[in-house]
Amino acid sequence: MPSIDPGLDTLPKLLVHNAAARGARPAMRHKDLGIWQTWTWAQMLEEVRAFSVGLAELGLKRGDKFTIVGSNRPRLYWAMCAGQALGAVPVPVYADAVAEEMAYVLAHAEVTLGVVEDQEQVDKLIAVSDRLPHLRQVVYDELRGLKDYDHSRLIAFQDVQSIGRKKLANDPECLRQWQASVAAGKGSDLSVILYTSGTTGRSKGVMLTYANTIISARNANAFDRLDENEEVIAYLPLAWVGDYIFSYVQSYAAGYCVNCPETAETVVQDRREIGTTYAFAPPRVYENLLTLTMVRMADASALKRKAFDFFIAFAGRWGEKILDGEKVPLGARLLYGIGNVLVYGPLKNQFGLTRIRIGYTAGEAIGPEIFRFYRSIGMNLKQLYGQTEASVYITAQPDGEIHPEAVGKASPDVEVKISDTGEVMFRSPGVFSGYYKDPDKTAEVLTPDGWVHTGDAGFFDPKTGQLRIIDRAKDVGRLKDGTVFAPKYIENKLKFYPNIREVVAIGAGRDFVCTMVNIDLTAVGSWAERNNVVYASYQELAGDPRVYEMIARHIDEVNRSLAEEEVMAGAQVRRFLILHKELDPDDGELTRTQKLRRGHINDRYAPLVEAFYNGSTEAQIATEVTFEDGHKGVIAARVVIRDMKPYPAPPAKMERAA
Amino acid sequence: MRAPSSREAAAGEVLLAVDDVSLSFGGVRALTGVSFDIRKGEIRAIIGPNGAGKTSMLNVVNGFYQPQSGRITFKGQVRRSMRPHAAAEGGIARTFQNLALFRGMTTLDNILAGRALKMRCGFFWQLLRYGPALREEVEHRRRVEEIIDFLEIAAIRKVPVGRLPYGLQKRVELGRALAMEPDLLLLDEPMAGMNLEEKEDMSRFIIDVNQQYGTTIALIEHDMGVVMDLSDRVVVLDYGCKIADATPDEVKRDKNVIRAYLGEPHGVSV
Repeated sequence: MPSIDPGLDTLPKLLVHNAAARGARPAMRHKDLGIWQTWTWAQMLEEVRAFSVGLAELGLKRGDKFTIVGSNRPRLYWAMCAGQALGAVPVPVYADAVAEEMAYVLAHAEVTLGVVEDQEQVDKLIAVSDRLPHLRQVVYDELRGLKDYDHSRLIAFQDVQSIGRKKLANDPECLRQWQASVAAGKGSDLSVILYTSGTTGRSKGVMLTYANTIISARNANAFDRLDENEEVIAYLPLAWVGDYIFSYVQSYAAGYCVNCPETAETVVQDRREIGTTYAFAPPRVYENLLTLTMVRMADASALKRKAFDFFIAFAGRWGEKILDGEKVPLGARLLYGIGNVLVYGPLKNQFGLTRIRIGYTAGEAIGPEIFRFYRSIGMNLKQLYGQTEASVYITAQPDGEIHPEAVGKASPDVEVKISDTGEVMFRSPGVFSGYYKDPDKTAEVLTPDGWVHTGDAGFFDPKTGQLRIIDRAKDVGRLKDGTVFAPKYIENKLKFYPNIREVVAIGAGRDFVCTMVNIDLTAVGSWAERNNVVYASYQELAGDPRVYEMIARHIDEVNRSLAEEEVMAGAQVRRFLILHKELDPDDGELTRTQKLRRGHINDRYAPLVEAFYNGSTEAQIATEVTFEDGHKGVIAARVVIRDMKPYPAPPAKMERAA
Repeated sequence: MRAPSSREAAAGEVLLAVDDVSLSFGGVRALTGVSFDIRKGEIRAIIGPNGAGKTSMLNVVNGFYQPQSGRITFKGQVRRSMRPHAAAEGGIARTFQNLALFRGMTTLDNILAGRALKMRCGFFWQLLRYGPALREEVEHRRRVEEIIDFLEIAAIRKVPVGRLPYGLQKRVELGRALAMEPDLLLLDEPMAGMNLEEKEDMSRFIIDVNQQYGTTIALIEHDMGVVMDLSDRVVVLDYGCKIADATPDEVKRDKNVIRAYLGEPHGVSV
């Protein structure tokens, strides 16, 4: 196991170190009132220290759990470090979680204090406060709307800081005490509890130590040669391990600057202004950017569209080779240069990716076509495979060894193996110390000798030596006739089409494969506008026969490509329908990180699943929906089911099979 | 830690009083002897069926129309009628039933236009953009940015308002009115043509403006749900006459009001 310098083995120690070593360099920026406000490492230390001392005055002490709820704002990141400096443990919670979900996590973690963004989050905590007996105090960042609230247990962020500052100014002992408290932290201490939005059952609190996260972050920084000159933008949920490591631990370890966007809607503009050099995003973000571009291109003038189509096709042929430094004919290089001026450059500028050195995608499999698109226009997009339980990193792709279908080689200090049942397992310095207050679940996942079951089915590709993930181990099933059925594989193929936002494939233990489709309202809406299709709601557009026709064409293409693959030919889609509502985390259909929760979806849409296999051509369905404020309603609809024609498997392979 | 149960009823002093005001256009009597007052810090609604004279009333208050008789007392000063510039300088701002924005200008510039009255530097200083003019511009821009932040329209800061959806344009117009830092804000159908979500957002903003900036608000609105939820007191007009003036609950039960909205019962046999 790699060791860690005891002087730099906690995040507060790293902050103190950075303030001394690179005190004048920017540590964090936040766009506020239209202007980027910058804090250097030295200033950030002062802010964190003042808040930390203030928290101590409020009674936060070693071992306490405190929660962080809100969007990516400097003060919320500071709050994490401020608490950690006292030996308390942050428990960040997804800001879009409904009060019910939040109550479970906060009660389970026994949080005593909350640092939240605004009135919305304060209201949520008030709504469930009777179930949180340990919660003593709530600190808020944004005063708006809270003026008339009872402030006996409510206090503003800056007020906590001024308590801290006053104390530091009046009491010379105070600074020394705070420094001693920082020094008392050890690498083996519990540093954070991250609740995973599990695809099944209740969320589990993953406990990570300082050493877990700091060693992983160090290795990752070294792997991609990240230093204090990087600029990243923090826009992913604070409660997600990816953001915790990328926007917090790796920044503290490398000394690079983290930028907080003005609002969630301005991220693309803000990213353009900053020019991030290093990016991390789930595939969905890349998909959305591309869909938006395609939609806008469809509305562009004929000349622009022609130029775009030509150069994108050209980039598809040569772009990746140029990026990987392979031998490319001079003519192609020149034309690519022209394309760069006319199309790729402006496109990257629109995406805010002009200065990007390395971009990662993780969290879910990315469509190979999307992946290649970004690489072909010159963005070094790579894949990594990680989990909360691993402090993110399990495998990553080294520069120049990029295969869209694979997720890379074992990260530094990580061992990866495939179990007898085909499940991916790993062991590393980043391995979590257990699920909080849940030894049974811990024992299911963590073996006594330190290996972790990932729950993913995968294999090492003999050609490339890289890991390939097929699907969640428990999701890989078989049709009645024994054909392998990997739902995600089919879903990902379909989701590449911009018109399709989400797909649920069903087939395990059945005679054939069926899919439920969510259309993408942006893409299909724009198509509807251009084709004079009138609609009032998602439901109406989804039920339009012309939309059905369009989706049927996409499925037909996917069936043809499935037919060409020996193993998958039997798993072609025979029937499909377009769902009358969008799948939504508020209804428990997706996790907070937008993954399908299959079991729950199967239960909710049982009448539709049944109709798939009893030959009906339409089905009645009524589903309960939860609105953002927690109210419930019912959406009812009659959904049409369409049949698809399968393609025959290639004859040569049929013979071999026979 | 408890959410406030209900807004405390405004009991401030009278900010503006309209006394026996009558207004007619030729033979059409738009307002007949209307009197009411607006107290400091309250949200005051003016409702009534179509053609009842609501917008005429607002236009009298901010000096757009000159009533033939009556008096208007604003901040203790009694006048026969208001003048638009006097109203604006005295701290009355308004939004319009049909939007009145500069469609080709960005959100930012539209709101900045609301600061025009507060600009102290002359044309030439501003042209030079130097010294006091620059300092002043920075200060105005800061105020405008606070409003942008307040109304959550940062994402459309640099978008020409002509390209924005209707609901957002309404919000920009509110922003421009707020940029004047008014004591009295007149809103003419702030929710017209909005969907439910936009209405809820707008209601939230109106309450926040009232609470955070302490701005007195007079609004005309057709959506009864909104009026009853938002306002402290309601004036009801019908054919240019005041038929009721009370709290929302009382107005809801008032026989005259019900008749004005639903018509006379015509001998319905039971």
